[in-house]
Amino acid sequence: MDLVTPQIGLLFWTVLIFLVLVFLLAKFAWKPILNMVEERTKNIEDALNSAENAKKEMAGLKAENEQIMKEARAERDKIVREAREMKDKIIEESKETAKAEADTILAQARKLIDDEKRAAMNELKDQVASLSIEIAEKILTKELSDKKKQAELIDDILQQSNLN
Amino acid sequence: MGLLKSLVATCLLLAANPIFAQDTITNQTDTAAAIAPSEKGFDAGEVIMHHIKDSHSWHFYDRSAPDGSESAVAIPLPIILYTDGHLDIFMSSAFDEGKKTVVRGGGSREYILHHDKIYLAENGQLKHDEHGAVLNEAPLDLSITKNVASLMLSAILLLWIFIATANGYKKMGQVPTGLRGFTEPLILFVKDEIAVPNLGEEHYRKYLPYLLTLFFFIWVNNMLGLLPMGANLTGNIAVTMLLAVFTFIITNVSGSKHYWKDIMWMPGPPVFVKPIMTVIELIGIFTKPFSLMIRLFANITAGHIIVLSFISLIFIFKSVLISPVSIVFVLFMDVLELLVAALQAYIFTMLTAMYIGMAVKGGEE
Repeated sequence: MDLVTPQIGLLFWTVLIFLVLVFLLAKFAWKPILNMVEERTKNIEDALNSAENAKKEMAGLKAENEQIMKEARAERDKIVREAREMKDKIIEESKETAKAEADTILAQARKLIDDEKRAAMNELKDQVASLSIEIAEKILTKELSDKKKQAELIDDILQQSNLN
Repeated sequence: MGLLKSLVATCLLLAANPIFAQDTITNQTDTAAAIAPSEKGFDAGEVIMHHIKDSHSWHFYDRSAPDGSESAVAIPLPIILYTDGHLDIFMSSAFDEGKKTVVRGGGSREYILHHDKIYLAENGQLKHDEHGAVLNEAPLDLSITKNVASLMLSAILLLWIFIATANGYKKMGQVPTGLRGFTEPLILFVKDEIAVPNLGEEHYRKYLPYLLTLFFFIWVNNMLGLLPMGANLTGNIAVTMLLAVFTFIITNVSGSKHYWKDIMWMPGPPVFVKPIMTVIELIGIFTKPFSLMIRLFANITAGHIIVLSFISLIFIFKSVLISPVSIVFVLFMDVLELLVAALQAYIFTMLTAMYIGMAVKGGEE
């Protein structure tokens, strides 16, 4: 019967010690431990979420990069093509300009030559005329130095005129 | 551990015998017939009962002096007695294992130790009736007995372990290393496997400190009881009764309207059955904690009795040859008891959580 009869002393101490134990453990052990575990759970969740987000962001960034690269490549091709076209055009244009210039210069040169030629001819004509006149004058002067010869010439000229 | 325990328990048993011999000497001077049986030899029942009951000193073994007399090697514990408004405090060694009486208050109060119980002696004697029961009055005994000392020790041990765990988080960060690697899974087990499923997410926080303390208190004390010379604390009816009473109080104090309605006027059965159900439910309020009390007490006490019985075989057969058999059986029982220690802590906490869970939940189902 002793075995199933609770002793007052043990009851008293058990109540006291157990209640104190519950209080102390709750305050100094369970509360900090559980808070920390909860906080850690939250931290892990956050870390996982942010890792997932970072992964997504990275994937987005990669796609964006690829898009940018593609665009850049297209841009480069376009620029190169345009440059080539521009170059061809410039060459063409310069060629044409040069040709036109050359033609103009040629034409001018030809005109100049013509003018010079004409002027030279005119001068030559003038010189020939004045030389002729001089020669004629000298001849006349020499021919007409005696009276006989003068009369003959006059006659001759007159005869010719009559014939006309 | 089993081997060690059987060895030390053997010492204990060897030691226990002379105690009864001394008791017999004391009793022979009594007028009533002696009840101690040890004259006839080894009484396993007496020895086992002596072990599983509380004691006023922490007894290790007995030492024989060359002249044939024996003295106990034991830690004396404080005796605190309250008699007629007087508080008497002295060490248990003053009784000299029951051979002496202790006189206090100028001879007005004389205490005598008999079978680990303290009585008020009359002229240094005890009075017995014809069945050998003691007729003397007993003072209010608030002594630090072996069980109380063990209880204090376990409380210090628990505080030390779990405050160290809590401090570990502050000092070494959130990763559970060292001690926390052991304690944290256990704490989370109580939280996630016992508290949350039974109490629900919205209620468990309030009761978790009690459940955690209960679980570790029962477990640690079960295991301390398994140690050689350990006290049989969780196999003591006073302790299991109080734990059950705490559960009873918490359950009924936190009982919701729905819980009381279910008890007083259960919805469902026909009206003429309802009063019968009310009676059954009202009895149920008390049988639930009562079953908690008996289950823990019986399981732990029975374990101790079985272990001690196997050891007693050696002395019953009076042969060393039986000891290998004893040791194998005791080893097996000790391992089994280790499992039982954890299992009983789990069951007690689990059922407590279930009872509280039933009380706090509203009528959502």
